[in-house]
Amino acid sequence: MAEEKKVVRKKIAAAADLNNFMRDYYLELDAAAQKGSPKIAWCTSVGPAEILRAFGFLVYFPETHSAMLGATRMATEFIPEANAIGYSPDICSYLTADIGAFLKGVTPLEKAFNIKSVPKPDVLVFNTNQCRDVQDWFNWYGEKFDAPVLGVHTYRGVGEVTDKHIVSIAKQLEALIPPLEKIAGRPFDIEELRRTVALSRECSELWKKILDTAAARPAPLTFFDGTTLMGPAVVGRGTQKAVDVYKILLAELEERIRKGEGAVENEKFRIYWDGMPVWGRLSAHSQLFSSLNTNVLASTYCNSWIFSALDPKDPFTSMARAYTELFIVRADEAKEAYIRNMLNFFSVDGIIYHDAKTCPNNSNCRYGMPQRLEKQTGIPSLTINGDLNDLRMISDEQTKTNVEAFIEQLQERRG
Amino acid sequence: MTPAAPVYVGTDVGASRTKVAVLDASKRLVGWEVRPSGIDFTVTARQCLEQALAMAGASEEQIAGAVSTGYGRKNVDYARDTRTEIGCHAAGCYHYFPTAITIIDIGGQDNKVIKLDAAGRRTSFKMNRKCAAGTGAFLEEMAARLAIPLEGMNALAARSTDMVKLGSFCTVFSATEVLENIRHGKKIEDIVKGVFFSVIRRVVEMDAMTAEVVMTGGVVAHNPIIVQMMEDLIGRPIRVPEKPQLTGAIGAALYAMSAASETVTLNPMEEPNG
Repeated sequence: MAEEKKVVRKKIAAAADLNNFMRDYYLELDAAAQKGSPKIAWCTSVGPAEILRAFGFLVYFPETHSAMLGATRMATEFIPEANAIGYSPDICSYLTADIGAFLKGVTPLEKAFNIKSVPKPDVLVFNTNQCRDVQDWFNWYGEKFDAPVLGVHTYRGVGEVTDKHIVSIAKQLEALIPPLEKIAGRPFDIEELRRTVALSRECSELWKKILDTAAARPAPLTFFDGTTLMGPAVVGRGTQKAVDVYKILLAELEERIRKGEGAVENEKFRIYWDGMPVWGRLSAHSQLFSSLNTNVLASTYCNSWIFSALDPKDPFTSMARAYTELFIVRADEAKEAYIRNMLNFFSVDGIIYHDAKTCPNNSNCRYGMPQRLEKQTGIPSLTINGDLNDLRMISDEQTKTNVEAFIEQLQERRG
Repeated sequence: MTPAAPVYVGTDVGASRTKVAVLDASKRLVGWEVRPSGIDFTVTARQCLEQALAMAGASEEQIAGAVSTGYGRKNVDYARDTRTEIGCHAAGCYHYFPTAITIIDIGGQDNKVIKLDAAGRRTSFKMNRKCAAGTGAFLEEMAARLAIPLEGMNALAARSTDMVKLGSFCTVFSATEVLENIRHGKKIEDIVKGVFFSVIRRVVEMDAMTAEVVMTGGVVAHNPIIVQMMEDLIGRPIRVPEKPQLTGAIGAALYAMSAASETVTLNPMEEPNG
């Protein structure tokens, strides 16, 4: 019988430091929620966290919590709870899983850190750069907790980023200050903002260097590693702790490169992933690609928490620029130029697009992009159907057949 | 066949049927068997192997290479390697039609559109998405709704004079449309032809039909009308291998032969009618 190939993937030692970072982050939030101090702000994953930290809020990110629901394969059980109160199964399964779990009084934080519930917000602040769903999501919780909801409304389909975009977003960011002063109970301090923006930039630069190590042959990390290692880049940006833990991780990856150690044994093919991860299948997908001597080593997703424009000298404008240069809000032409650069930088053999049923904003394969990019670069692509959190949308066997057939195709090209 | 002559076995364990093809050293199809896959893929594959070898007049000792493919490819205990059904259908079709081709495979559970260049290299492939639309499973569901035997659908459709159009993508919605047409007194043959048309519409939505088009798979093998209908739809002739249901198994056998000897490659069939 042709046996399934068992593969051993090389573990990243610094992952333990990152786990500790995440544990401390959630324990601090929980302690604050119990005590009522410091105050807690909920923020979208690419929301204005730097401003919130400058006011002394501890910042909680529901998207990361919902990704945990996905990664622990709890999400699918709770999505129907939100569907039943009017949130369609076709909308963001981060939203539906998170609200569903809240309705059932369940959180993955309990098993992971013995934390009974998500921290009660004093304010919720969104930026629609991820999607409109975050606004609906935050509004639901705002009503639930009787907490104020503030927001930044982004531009979408942005080709060239112009001053018009920047000025508008910067003004919206500045407009958050008066209500936040009132909620925080303290005056705004521009120096504090400069400090958090500087830390955020430093975190971002370290995260970029970490992801860029995958350009080495063999690549020292995988996309699947990246999706869990990115925790500090999302929830910790603007803090010294995130900077410190990323320095440890970067040193380990650079050491791997020096020793020629790849994350995937006998790396033969290098793949770029566009779209969301399938959180409930991280391990299975990592195993699948490793067994084919293939490293999915770079992604749009993990690189979306790199904010090179951040500048402490001009915090509002630079935040506006960083959050508008973001891949997800750009026009296809800009997205394609971005991906072309990535394919070249990481020496990629093929692209996999994840068409996530409930996440149109992160599914870039729906308007002919794979065909255009293949024509421009000659690099073949595969689209797999799935979802970030809703495992009802996934056929594992079909994914496996598609991926194996794609690697066969790459092998044939090489001859 | 001489007692010592090597044979190459390809086994395609599909969601619906298991197919085994036995090729001799000249790439001639000398034995085959098709059975429902059932619930024990290992046993079914073995039974198919025995029948196919008997037909070829060969024994297990003569097997010089064996490759399995299809959803149950990992359950074939005599296979020495596996390949995906996409690779095997491509190899099987190119064996018969060695030119740039677009392959349409309509199977029990999924559809594939596979493109090969003139050298037989795969340039792209698509599989149907999650639902049953456009697959054999859709036809089975419709046959059950219409209370007609699956194997009678082709003959019924051939009698149609006024095909019913089913617009829905979803199998469940299509079933509702079928019931509505029954209620309106539409003839069964016109409804059945509409069901077939729905299948080919779903397939042509998957990818552009470029180059020469080849159709394979169990649905095509048992319902040749689907080929005529597809020809009408795309406006050009379609090529079908001699045994379209066996194409994946034949491709697997060719891979087995290729692996067994580096000197044997996936070249076109040397004796087309062998």
